[in-house]
Amino acid sequence: MIMTNVNTVPGKKIVEHFGIVQGSTVRAKHVGRDFMASLKNLVGGELKGYTELLQDSRKEAMQRMEEQARQMGANAVVNIRFATSSVAQGAAELFAYGTAVRVE
Amino acid sequence: MFLQNFNLIIFIVLIILGYSAGSLAEKRHYRSIIKRERQLLKMAVVTAEGSFPPGHVKSSTLVSGSAVISIDYFKRLLAILRNIFGGRVKSYESLIDRARREAILRMKESARKQGADMVINMRLETSTIGRNANRRNSVGSVEAIAYGTAIIRNN
Repeated sequence: MIMTNVNTVPGKKIVEHFGIVQGSTVRAKHVGRDFMASLKNLVGGELKGYTELLQDSRKEAMQRMEEQARQMGANAVVNIRFATSSVAQGAAELFAYGTAVRVE
Repeated sequence: MFLQNFNLIIFIVLIILGYSAGSLAEKRHYRSIIKRERQLLKMAVVTAEGSFPPGHVKSSTLVSGSAVISIDYFKRLLAILRNIFGGRVKSYESLIDRARREAILRMKESARKQGADMVINMRLETSTIGRNANRRNSVGSVEAIAYGTAIIRNN
């Protein structure tokens, strides 16, 4: 599955268009990690636990989107966009959407 | 006497800790950012889409990089004070700047790992996450994500 965030797949031609596909996931961190993060908040710096969490969940959202595109019979997703929102305290929603197409 | 001022002592200790550890970490982070930016200068990143003549592109793939950076106790206090008078909130400026540059660097690194020659249509996004994300007036930590399409050319 080819994923790009431009309108086309460079060097290839779009032959069929399937519409929007999307994938999302809501994740929370366990209490221990949250506690560590709040300690780290005192001295500042990178919160590695959160970075990892968000990367994993973004990957998961992408996989769900890919799955949906595959079911439609697409072999590429173009124009992918990401969005993040925090739905509740300590939980974040990761959302990925794009256009499923078939390229040659 | 000691017990009466216990809260005050904790407060002062936190400020000192936040100031010293925070500014040390920030300086070290900036040094590493500048060093890695120099190393990755050859990897071209553009925000334009660009068009390629047929046959020039071997493959293309999505690359992304992200970083969650939080602000220290001292700077948070400075920002709250700044809210009273208004003006530039320098402590948050450097926080967001660090997060964005780190995210772009990670994206470039992942593009280089995949053997890409350039990254086109780079997009940046920032969001606040963590415990304080839904509370007003408090930016706990910011997440910056950079993503784009890595291009591997036909040589």
